[in-house]
Amino acid sequence: MFEQYYPIAVLVLLATVLSIIVVFLSRIMGPRRPTPKKSAPYESGMSPIGPAVRRLPIKFYLVAVLFILFDIEVIFLLPYATLVRELGVYGLIATGIFVFILTIGLVYEWKKGALDWE
Amino acid sequence: MQLPILESINLMAVLPVLIIAGWACVLLVFDLLIPRSRKHWTAWLALVGLLGAAVALFFQIGHFARLGSEAAFDGMVTVDGFSIFLQVVFVLTAIVGVLLALDYLPRHGIERGEYYVLLLFTTIGMMIMSMAADLIVVFVALELLSIPLYILSGFAGMRETSEEAALKYFLLGAFASSFLVYGIALTYGGTGTTRLTGIAQAVTSDALNLPLTTVGMGLLLVGLGFKVAAVPFHMWTPDVYQGAPTPVTAFMSVGAKAGGFAALIRVLVTAFPAIASEWGTLIAVIAGLTMLLGNIVAISQSNIKRMLAYSSIAHAGYILLAVAAAQRSENASFAIGAVVFYLLAYALTNLGAFTVAIAVERDDGTGTEIDDFAGLGKTRPWMALAMALFMLSLTGMPISGGLVGKVFVFQAALQAVPGDPLLLAVVIIGVLTSVVSAFYYLKVIMVMYMREGEGKAVLPLALKTVLAATAFGTLVLGIIPGPVFQMAQRAMLK
Amino acid sequence: MIPLHWYLLVAAGMFALGIYGVLARRNAVAILMSIELMLNAVNINLVAFWRYMAPEALNGQMFAILVFAVAAAEAAVGLALIISIYRNRETVVAEDINLLKW
Repeated sequence: MFEQYYPIAVLVLLATVLSIIVVFLSRIMGPRRPTPKKSAPYESGMSPIGPAVRRLPIKFYLVAVLFILFDIEVIFLLPYATLVRELGVYGLIATGIFVFILTIGLVYEWKKGALDWE
Repeated sequence: MQLPILESINLMAVLPVLIIAGWACVLLVFDLLIPRSRKHWTAWLALVGLLGAAVALFFQIGHFARLGSEAAFDGMVTVDGFSIFLQVVFVLTAIVGVLLALDYLPRHGIERGEYYVLLLFTTIGMMIMSMAADLIVVFVALELLSIPLYILSGFAGMRETSEEAALKYFLLGAFASSFLVYGIALTYGGTGTTRLTGIAQAVTSDALNLPLTTVGMGLLLVGLGFKVAAVPFHMWTPDVYQGAPTPVTAFMSVGAKAGGFAALIRVLVTAFPAIASEWGTLIAVIAGLTMLLGNIVAISQSNIKRMLAYSSIAHAGYILLAVAAAQRSENASFAIGAVVFYLLAYALTNLGAFTVAIAVERDDGTGTEIDDFAGLGKTRPWMALAMALFMLSLTGMPISGGLVGKVFVFQAALQAVPGDPLLLAVVIIGVLTSVVSAFYYLKVIMVMYMREGEGKAVLPLALKTVLAATAFGTLVLGIIPGPVFQMAQRAMLK
Repeated sequence: MIPLHWYLLVAAGMFALGIYGVLARRNAVAILMSIELMLNAVNINLVAFWRYMAPEALNGQMFAILVFAVAAAEAAVGLALIISIYRNRETVVAEDINLLKW
C-alpha cells in the first residue's frame, strides 16, 4: 500500500542527510571571525530593536496583490496539466483562451506602470 | 473520458455574452492607448459593444420564441425566454449606465476608461446569472456581478463617502457571498450534484438528505437576499446608494437587483420544487418585512439617493411577493411573468428617477437633498414632469408601469393564496405600504412644484435622451402593458 | 477512513470562527481575513463532500478551485480598497469609517 510513497521517503531522507552534512562541513572547514554586526540576530541589516510593527512602502502591497492574482489563476492550469494528452487540441484551445485573457491583464498592469518599481 | 464537443458548448446561444466579454477585454487594452483627455471615446466604444449585443439579442428573441430553450456549455447554462427577456433589461440598463456617466464623470473629475470596462464586466455577470443552470455558475456569475460593482461604487475615490460606500459594500457583500457558497456546498453535499435539475431530482419531500439541503437552501437565500436588498440583509443599501457615484447607484439599483432575482427564481423554481411550501412561506415573510421597513424608513429621508435606496428595498419586497407566489406550480408561469414585468417597469422608472437626480447634483457631489429639487417645476418644466411621472409610477398610480407591475404582483399572490394563506396577509401589507409610500414620493413632487427655489439642473443631451426614453417606456408599460406582459409570461422557464 | 462528519465539523467550526471574526473584529483587514477563513471552510466542505458523496464527478473539486480563484480576486479588490482608505484617513478601523450613517 505504501510502495508509491517510497520515492518521497527517499527524498526526505536525502534532504535531511545532505543538509546535516553541509551544515557540519561549513562549521568544520569555514573560518570563524565573529564581529558584533555578524553575531546580531539578523545579519542582513534589519535592526533587532525597534517598533514591532513597521511601515512598509505601499508598493510592497501592490506587488503582493498582483502576485496573489496571477499566482492563483495558475491553479486552473493544474487540472489541464493532469489531462493534457486526453484533452488534445480542444484543451489546448481552451487553455490558450484562458492564458490569453490573463495576458490582457498583464498588459494592462504593465502599461499602467504597476510593474515599475520606481 | 468523454470530451465536450463543440455542439454541447453551443457558443451561438450565449453570443450576446460573448460579444460583451470579448469587447470588454479589447476595450481594456484599447483604453490604454486613448489619451487622458479623450476618455469619452471609450464610452462610445463601450456603447458600440452593447449595441452589438443588443442586435444579437434581437435575433435571438425570434429564435428562442420558436425553440423554447437551449443548453450551452454542457448544460451549465440554459438560454430560454426568461434569460433573453432579462438580458434585454440588463443590456438596456448598461447602455443607460454608460450614457449617464458620459457627462457625469468629467464633470466630477473622475473620468477614467475603467468605468466603462467594469460596467461591461458586471453586465456579463448579470447576464450569466439569468441563464445559470448550475450552482457553480450562480456563484461565479454572482461574483462577476459583484466585484466590479465594489470597485465602481468607490469610483469617486477622492470623495470619502464613495470610498466608504465601496468598503462597506465590499465587506458585507463578501460576507454574504460566503454564506451563499456555504449553502451551495451543503446542497451539493445533500444531493451529490450542483446541477439545478439534478438537485430537483434528488430532493424529494421524503428524502434522507432533506435537512442538509434545506439548510443549504436557506443559506443560499441569505446570499441572494443580500444582492436584492431584502430585509434582514438590507443594511448596506442606503449607505452604498448614497455614497456611490450616482450613475453607479442608478445602474446597480436596477442591474444587481434584477440579477439577484434572476438567480433566486432559477434556483428556487428549478431546483427546489419539492420544498416549495417551505421556501414560499420564508420568502413571503421576508417580503412582508421588506415592504414594511423599506416604505416606513423611506418617509424620514431627506437625501434623494437615500430615499431611493429605501424605495428600492421596498420594491424588492413587492417582487419577492411574486416570487413567493411562484411556489404553486400551476400559477408559477403567471408569477414569474409578474416578476420580470415588474423588474422591467422598475428598471425604467428607477433609471429615470436617478437621471433627474444626476441632473440636479452639483459637481462636488452635493445637491442630492430633496430640498435641492425646489423650483424645478418652473425652471425645468419637462424634467419636473418626467420626475413626477417616475414618482407616481414608483407609488403605483395609474397610467404608469409601476401600477401595472403592482397589479400583476398582487394578482399572482392572490392566485397562490389557496396554497398558502399567509400570502393574503402579505398582500394586505403590500397594499397598505403602497399607500404609505405615497407620502415620500409625492413629497418630491410637492417640493418641485410648490416650493420656491433656484431649481438649477444640468441637462446635457445624453441625459435628455435617457429621460425621454425612460419616461416613454414607463408610459407605454402603463397604458398598453398587454404585449409586454405576454412576452414576460412566455418568458417562463422551460 | 475518517468519517465524513469529522470534516464537516471542522469546516463548520472554521466557518463559525470566521463569522465571529467578521462580527467582532474592528480592523478591516482582520474582517477580510475572517471572510477568507469562511471561504476556506467552505472549501473543506466541498472537497470532503466530493470525496465521500460523488467521487466520480469532478464538480466538487473544480468548484473548490473556483472558490480559491474568486477568493483571491475578492482579496485583491478588498486590499486595494483598504489601502486607498488608509492613505486618505490613516485608519482601517471599521468603526472610524463612519461618514455615512448606518
